[in-house]
Amino acid sequence: MIDTLRLTAEAALGLLERGEVSAAELHRSYLDAIGERDDELHAYLRTVDAPNGAGVPIAFKDLISTRGVETTAGSKILEGFVPVYDATVVTRCREAGMPLLGKTNMDEFAMGSSTENSAYGPTRNPWDPERVPGGSSGGSAAAVTAGLAPWALGSDTGGSVKQPASLCGIVGLRPTYGTVSRYGIVAFASSLDQIGPMTKTVRDCALLYRIVAGRDPCDSTTVELPQPVEIPEREDLKGLRVGVPRELNEAEGIESGVKEVVERSIELCRQLGAEVGETSLPRSVEYGMPCYYLIAPAEASSNLARYDGVRYGLRVEGGDGIRAMYERTRDAGFGDEPKRRIMLGTYALSAGYYEAYYGQAQKVRTVIADEHAAAFRDFDVLVSPTSPTVAFKLGEKAENPLAMYLSDVLTIPSNMAGLPGLSIPCGLSDGLPVGLQLIGPQFSENTLFHVGYALERAIGFDFVPRRLQ
Amino acid sequence: MTRLARLELTEDEVARFTEQLSAILEAVAKVSELDLANVEPTAHPLDVVNVWAEDEPRPSIPADDALANAPAREAGFFKVPPA
Repeated sequence: MIDTLRLTAEAALGLLERGEVSAAELHRSYLDAIGERDDELHAYLRTVDAPNGAGVPIAFKDLISTRGVETTAGSKILEGFVPVYDATVVTRCREAGMPLLGKTNMDEFAMGSSTENSAYGPTRNPWDPERVPGGSSGGSAAAVTAGLAPWALGSDTGGSVKQPASLCGIVGLRPTYGTVSRYGIVAFASSLDQIGPMTKTVRDCALLYRIVAGRDPCDSTTVELPQPVEIPEREDLKGLRVGVPRELNEAEGIESGVKEVVERSIELCRQLGAEVGETSLPRSVEYGMPCYYLIAPAEASSNLARYDGVRYGLRVEGGDGIRAMYERTRDAGFGDEPKRRIMLGTYALSAGYYEAYYGQAQKVRTVIADEHAAAFRDFDVLVSPTSPTVAFKLGEKAENPLAMYLSDVLTIPSNMAGLPGLSIPCGLSDGLPVGLQLIGPQFSENTLFHVGYALERAIGFDFVPRRLQ
Repeated sequence: MTRLARLELTEDEVARFTEQLSAILEAVAKVSELDLANVEPTAHPLDVVNVWAEDEPRPSIPADDALANAPAREAGFFKVPPA
């Protein structure tokens, strides 16, 4: 009997290599766990019964195109859409022999921080089903947390891998922009979207990143990794300079319980031999959120223009002519959050407002990148909470979009600069997981894995939700 | 704005979104506080320009596959209402 709640992907790989279990048995164990626990959690939108591949199975967020398997991006406008090709990350996982377990729930078009914006109903947090798993990759986060997948891929635009990883007590990496292919990914904001691994441990995260990362000729924004991915082994932080950005650690809205747990982790960095010092990102945090909510909606309004009832997805006929068809299709097919962002983005890009909104936001983006670059002259890695709060209750922020947007206030700044960020669980507050965000310069994933692994060993966080033990 | 965005909203949606978007616009307008006259804009986080691919023909998706998800098709084309 396989205990999928405890089994890491690395341990599963070991079972397969030693012939103690077959890939088919492993796949079946996860499907059984899904059958047992997913009625309550709703992490999956659909599962795949026929395993192909001799490796460790995986789940994909439902905006990752899977040939022959419905892909909806959590939207009614893509209901019934069956991709005719695989995303590059899917091809890489297939080539590594990893069978598909299923497609996970998400906020519609990855727009949200709670997975409540899914057109197919919310996902619940395995630590407390009254609470959200975070978002937008909440389905992938909940699946890994509840032992419904050994690992999963999510996508991160403003924090959609890091924040749900934090709220569910697992590890999530938002890679350096351009290191993982976006070919075959349903686009939201193309200058920010990145696919990232969601796993139980830092080593699992490095193993999965090694499989999916690297240049893809089908995505001209991708680049070759400057160094191969290293699976971390070192348990000390000697010689490492850890910066604590004041604004990211003292932002308004950070819960005191979150702050305490994060401060303990920072103290641990010192005990592990790191040099810890304070630093500052004076404008990145204050202006990051407004900057993001101009640039991301602007890009989204353009990317989502393709949903017009012509080539795929929903079509609503009636009225006279093609224009009425476009407008009715889009009104019926999109939920509230995509509509809000399409309108906001259309406005920010419209004649007369372009310079004041979109143009100005692009300049703020330069300021944010420069401030981070300055901090990295003195430090190798920056630390902060990933999310200002632990998992909040379903419905708590559903009526107030602006309050929901603030869930990503600590993850957005480094995302705007294209920097990698790793969230690792660092303790509990009120019985709910707290995530520690580690940010590094571009292409510093190996450093993040090293720091994350050393801290993970020192913290000894138990990733199995207490109520499931 | 709804015409530009090709969205036909109901009256109820217009009322709801007007209030929500006003609050959001007020928050994002904060970017105008900064004097950035001499700052270059960033459109893309990586310093990558002019990415060329070898000019080699490859098989493309068959027309039937490309049409497979179309709500309506006829004689190898996407079919739409009259413009």
